[in-house]
Amino acid sequence: MRRLLVIGAGTAGVITVNKLRKKLPRSEWEITVVDPADTHDYQPGYLFLAVGMYTPKKVGRPLAKLIPRGVNLVKAAVQDVKPAENVVVLTDGTVLAYDYLVIATGTTPRPDQTPGMDGKLWHDSVHSFYTYADALALRDKLEKFEGGKVVVHVTEMPIKCPVAPLEIAFLAEAYFTKRGIRDKVQMTYVTPLPGAFTKPVAAAALGDMLGKRRITVEPDYIIERVDEDAKAIFSYDEREIPFDLLVTIPLNMGADFIGRSGLGDELNFVSVNKETLQSTKFANVFAVGDATNAPTSKAGAVAHYELDLFPKNFLQLIAGKEMTHKFDGHATCFVESGHGKGLLIDFSYDVEPLPGSFPIPVLGPMRLLKETRLNHLGKLAFRFVYWWLLLPGRYIPISPYMSMRGKRRPAGN
Amino acid sequence: MPTQDMLGREVHVDDEGFLTEYDEWDEKLGAELAKNIGVAMTDEHWKVITFLRTDYKSQGTTATTRRVDAVGGFPVKLQFQLFPAKPAKKMAYIAGLPKPAGCV
Ligand SMILES: Cc1cc2nc3c(=O)[nH]c(=O)nc-3n(C[C@H](O)[C@H](O)[C@H](O)COP(=O)(O)OP(=O)(O)OC[C@H]3O[C@@H](n4cnc5c(N)ncnc54)[C@H](O)[C@@H]3O)c2cc1C
Repeated sequence: MRRLLVIGAGTAGVITVNKLRKKLPRSEWEITVVDPADTHDYQPGYLFLAVGMYTPKKVGRPLAKLIPRGVNLVKAAVQDVKPAENVVVLTDGTVLAYDYLVIATGTTPRPDQTPGMDGKLWHDSVHSFYTYADALALRDKLEKFEGGKVVVHVTEMPIKCPVAPLEIAFLAEAYFTKRGIRDKVQMTYVTPLPGAFTKPVAAAALGDMLGKRRITVEPDYIIERVDEDAKAIFSYDEREIPFDLLVTIPLNMGADFIGRSGLGDELNFVSVNKETLQSTKFANVFAVGDATNAPTSKAGAVAHYELDLFPKNFLQLIAGKEMTHKFDGHATCFVESGHGKGLLIDFSYDVEPLPGSFPIPVLGPMRLLKETRLNHLGKLAFRFVYWWLLLPGRYIPISPYMSMRGKRRPAGN
Repeated sequence: MPTQDMLGREVHVDDEGFLTEYDEWDEKLGAELAKNIGVAMTDEHWKVITFLRTDYKSQGTTATTRRVDAVGGFPVKLQFQLFPAKPAKKMAYIAGLPKPAGCV
């Protein structure tokens, strides 16, 4: 028996075991997945949960129900990976041996990494929405909020779902408007990037959208600390931004065991070949989803595209062949913009998000980088796609490779 | 790729003036690049630039401010003092390395 071990049963881990169980004969391959969680959350739902658009029921499902027959689910957390010995050690000391290892432990928000962030103001006037508990706490805070300075803040890139902080800014703005208190709220969007987003064309479009909503952008801002007494954030270059409500995306890091194993970079993301997702250090170790250091978005859609390709590569590898299905960094993101509208962006390692149209079967061509009602409906529909098509690894008729079809490059870019 | 004449030689640059060929750089050029953006180089500055050059050679990507802190041992605060306002960009520019990848 050969042993495939997967760490993490989030989006990428669940797709991995669903797809590979179908491809690897049970008589030859044992597949095990390790995760301490009871519930698997649909994380994009946290955003809607925070602004009262979703009830908690819409967000999670029991993890065990998502794992196919013939895959062992071990409910435990990994303490250490010893890639030179081909073993994994669980927090209770149990040792699991493997022939091939797939790391799918995603990224975790780490408010403990910024002085003052997770202190006495945490879940009081300092909030986030990157975990289930954070989203619920923010929802309760927003319900009672009567006005003041709202600061939406990104600590450092990369973060998972890099558009989510923009979305919470848009949705909070719409929420305050609906409650009739928009004029009592000053909103600021604070980012380490030089503008609203990373790539020029999208940054301009999204920056305009912030401007129209009277949300001031504070760019190039690298936070040093949260001052709990002054109720302000301070950057390394001494810019002080006071807040009544800080909604922050804390530093995102990979699992600590990745750092200890020597497989990772300084943020504990696994160093991989960006085309094959194979560890740069050990040929029998891969990382998928948010856990890698591949220079593309950390997003569920990216995990999906990666896993259209990785299983094929894996079959080639174990057959002693060259891996030929090269990932191009393809990412597709719906951006909820409030008031029942949304935007769609599509890009890759080499091509920045551009305007134009994107073919989606059934729903029809979606407008790229433009606010439409259809894009909002697409985002809502994505929850069903996630549970019933994406996680089970069913066929979704969208190419894993980025295509220029329908895209336009604006003059001067 | 456009080229630019600096100190009497032709070097390859991108549209923001970042050098694109690792081997076209030397300290003299570094000093010239620093002058362009108003940074007066001291020993401390050169130590940071040397780290960035060495790290790029082994990693193939330009170090982030976090990496310059965690691996190079130069605290972020110091990076801001030496290369005010936009340390990541300025360090890469002077070191003749690609602009740090704006993470997506
Ligand atoms: C607010 C928000 C909005 C988002 N919106 C979108 C969106 O609109 N579109 C989109 O495409 N993506 C979106 N995302 C991102 C998407 O949810 C993630 O990119 C995706 O879930 C990544 O999958 P993953 O499997 O890599 O990591 P995850 O799904 O996070 O799973 C990681 C798993 O690893 C487990 N784990 C961690 N440490 C250990 C350990 N030591 N031992 C064992 N197991 C461990 C965890 O319990 C978890 O189950 C959003 C995310 C957030 C937070």
